[in-house]
This record gives sequence, C-alpha cells and structure tokens, in this order.
Amino acid sequence: MGTGDPLGMEGAHTQASGMGGMRTAGDLVARMQMTRRMRLKEAKAYVADKLGCTPRDLSDPSAMEQIRIEKGLGTLPFTSSVRPGEAGMIEAKFNISQVLDIPINSVERFKERVGLASSFAV
Amino acid sequence: MQITRGMRLTEAKTYVAGKLGVSVLDLSDPTVMLDVRKELGLGGILESGEITDIDDPMGIEAKFNIAAVLDVPVNCVERFRAKAGRRRPAQI
Amino acid sequence: MEAKIRTRMGDGALVEMTPAQIRADLEAGTLAAAKRSKSAELTSAELDHLSEIFCSNSRFTGVDIGDEVVLSYDGCGSQDLGTRINDLQYYEQYLCADSLELYHHDYSYKPAKAVMAFEQDVMRQAQFVTTAPLGYGAMPDLGLYTVPDGPVPNWSQLLPLGRIAESRAAQEEAVELAADDIVYVADEMVEAGIEFIDLDTAGAAGDADFLAALKAIERIRARHPDLGIQIGMAGEFVLGMHGELEYDGVRLAGLWPLDQMKLAAKAGVTIYGPAINTNTGKSIAWNVARTLTIAKPCCEAATVPVHLNGGMGVGGVPMHVLPAGDATCRASRAAVDILRLDGL
Repeated sequence: MGTGDPLGMEGAHTQASGMGGMRTAGDLVARMQMTRRMRLKEAKAYVADKLGCTPRDLSDPSAMEQIRIEKGLGTLPFTSSVRPGEAGMIEAKFNISQVLDIPINSVERFKERVGLASSFAV
Repeated sequence: MQITRGMRLTEAKTYVAGKLGVSVLDLSDPTVMLDVRKELGLGGILESGEITDIDDPMGIEAKFNIAAVLDVPVNCVERFRAKAGRRRPAQI
Repeated sequence: MEAKIRTRMGDGALVEMTPAQIRADLEAGTLAAAKRSKSAELTSAELDHLSEIFCSNSRFTGVDIGDEVVLSYDGCGSQDLGTRINDLQYYEQYLCADSLELYHHDYSYKPAKAVMAFEQDVMRQAQFVTTAPLGYGAMPDLGLYTVPDGPVPNWSQLLPLGRIAESRAAQEEAVELAADDIVYVADEMVEAGIEFIDLDTAGAAGDADFLAALKAIERIRARHPDLGIQIGMAGEFVLGMHGELEYDGVRLAGLWPLDQMKLAAKAGVTIYGPAINTNTGKSIAWNVARTLTIAKPCCEAATVPVHLNGGMGVGGVPMHVLPAGDATCRASRAAVDILRLDGL
C-alpha cells in the first residue's frame, strides 16, 4: 500500500490482517515471498519448518518472541533492550540468512567487504 | 479538557463539539475533523503537502489557536507569550 | 424498522444504511464489476460473509487468528519526521511492517537516477540498522520523459491534435528511456544491498508505461536472478494511450488484473499488486464487492504472490487522505477472507 496516514492505513491493516512484522515472523515470511516468489501458504510452511514451529505460531507474538531470541533473529527494542547481548539488525540478518537458508543481499555484501566467506554459491 | 479541566468523557466531548461546531460523533471521524482542524488552525498530521500545507499552523502555532478556540489556557502558549513579549516591537 | 448501520462512502463520509441497503450495494458492486471486467460475480456465500463484515457497528474487525497475511509498502513514512532511516525503523519497530521500502521524495525512477550515490549511501546505512526485508521503490512515470520535463514529444498534447503516429512514436521512445533508467537504478541499489526493487503505479501513463515496467523487469531478472521484484499497478485496467503495444505477443491496452499478472509473472516479478480504484460516490460495501470481483480471477490463477493494493482510494479503502480505520479494516479483512491473498 502507498504512504499516507499511518494510523488510517498502515496501522489499520496491521491490526486487521497483518502478520505483525518483527513482533512475530511476518518479516521472515515476507522474505520468502519477496525473494523466493513463494505463495503465502508455502512461505509460511517453509518458515515454520525452518523455525521448528507450526504455521499458526508464526503470527503469535508470544511464541515468536521465544523463537526469535533463541535463534538470534532480532526482536523489537523494548524486548531486546533488556538483553543487550541479543543479535539485532544486520547481525540478525546474518542469522536469518543461515536459519532460512537463503542469501540476503546486504549480508553477502557485508561479507564481501570484510573478507568473510559466503555460504551460498555465487 | 480531561487532562487540564478534569472533565469526564461525555462532558469533555460535548464541550469540544460545542466549541468546534460539530456533533459529538464527528469528533472521532477523521473525515470530518480534517476540514475542521484545517479551518480553525488546530494542527494535523504532517504528510507534507497532502494534509498540512506550509501555511497551516502546526506545533506551538496550533496550540495558540487551540487555546483560543477551546477557551482554555495552555501552559506552553502562556510561557511563549511571556518570553516573546519581553522585547518591545521597536527593538526587534 | 431495520437497525441503522454506520458505514462509509468511498470518499470517507460517515453514513447510515440499513442491512438491506448494504446487501443491495454489495450485490450491485459485484454485478457492476462482473459486467465491466467480464468476470464472475461473487457467490452468494461470499456476499453473505461480506454482509456480516459490513453490517456491524463495530469500530474494528479483523481476519481470523491464523489467517494473517504479509503487508508490504510502497515507501515507508512520509519523510516529515526525523530521517528516512528513522522512517524505516518506525515502520519496522512501531507499525510492525513485514517489509520496508526506502524511496526518494520525488518518487519516480527518472529523478532518483540523478541522485543514486546519495540513495545508495542511505540504503547501505539503513541495511545495517533494520532486520525486515528492505527494498527500494519508485514509479516508472513515463510522463516525465516528455517535454518540458524530458526529451520526448508530449503525446498528451499530440493526441488531441490527431497526430497519432507521432504520439505513438514518442511513447515508444519513452519506453526505452524509462526501462534504461529503471534498470540502472536497480543495478545501483543492488550494489547498496537491497532485497527487492518495486515498480509502483505501473501503467499510470497507459500501455506504454506498463511496457516500460515489463521490459525493465525482464532485464533486471536476467541480471539479478535472486532479487525480489515487486510490481504495483496504477489502475484496474491498462489504458490504451498507444493502443498497439504488445508484450510477449499480448496487447497491453485493456488488460485487467488476471492478464496483467500473467505478463508480470512472465517478465519475472516475485510479487504482483493489482490496484482497483474506489468510486467516491458509492458506499465502501459497493466498492469492496467490486474490488474483490475484479481481483478474484487474478488471485485464483496466480503463480506469484499477489499483494492487493490497499492504500488511499484503492482496494475498497476510501479516497480520503485520512481513511477511517473502521473502513480500512473492513476492506482489509474482506480482501483476505474472500481472495485468500498472499498480502496487501
């Protein structure tokens, strides 16, 4: 959807039908759609399998907080601020790439620039 | 009207609706309130050029108008008046 | 006497309608759409479900637990508060966006191309501080290639003069220029670390605009096999400003979402977003029924994820700069429940 009134559009859609982004696994499922062309059901099944949970858990912030912390996939600041050792942002993306077994462009470029080996064939 | 005048919700809504010239139901309706806020200079969401134009009051400017329209003192507005009024016009 | 339901018109105005009136509008909306787009009307069961959604005075409604979809955005934030990177962070952290999109304020590929070095810098920094998939978006905006903004003769001035051949030639020239710019921007932003590129309001200037997008997508896909490519349409059918342009042997003028999706998938998109316009003179129930009727064939046949455009003035959302949440949530839920979408 386009930019505009964040409460009237983004906020309303998020509460009405959105997966919940990083509160849950919305960003992970989005990744499989955006970069692997998976339809929603397939994307949810794939991510659930990689995370070791059910597709229904993917939209559940209670379930996903635990999983994200355990696997270092990044959480929201007010949950992560009490755990300063947690992976976040680009660090989390390294872990997401590994857990979901997909290349992430910004991660691969980071590795190139600092001389780390890529896990994916070029 | 709740925070500064201690009004219960029904009273506060009735008061504001009366001052703005709208119905109580209209107070929660962004479709109506966009125009009312613009007309009375009460400030709104920025969304530059689409909602708030460059000559629409915002921030402290809007609060001057809110104080006048709702007929309530607004602390930061009173302090602004006091501080900005220290120089006489000839000195600016 | 029937109870009155508070609902909205397509321009956002709050009105009262009876359940019978709302049902009548749902039926009229789907019939109007079916006639226009030559698709099937919504079924009786679907209309019953929509009646339940719309014939309620609740301020809010939502999909069933477990049916949530992915939300994507054509640009995050309005660049009014803080930095553009702050906007991306707000969307990720406070609005729980599933994907993020950086954009240049002059939201077209032609002006963005001129400031690529700065866009790359911002994107690179943004990638360090965000976790959700982050891409870059802009519009093909073919009109910018015409005089006085660009080098090509202005076909909207030529057409009323009956200079059809010249108008067509101008559009064909603009297609190549726009496709080059889009591919250039995509290349540069891939260097900066994007996970997807978004071509928004494709088809806004008609069939030539859509063709520019498809050609660009094809080239981007060939150069970047792993890149996410999102296309969002400008309107429900492609206007024939040229009238004779084709992609893969299919004439573009007059295409509805089903055929738009097929071509976009062929070109290489990973996400396709239909846009169905809101009629401000009709109720939101009428508009949503119409939207779903037009979008349904596309969703049923889709080979790529479909993200229905659900912003201001499209997808059944009122055409008002501050759309009321009571209207947006109904459009959102209706779309997911009936179309089994991949996202919005």
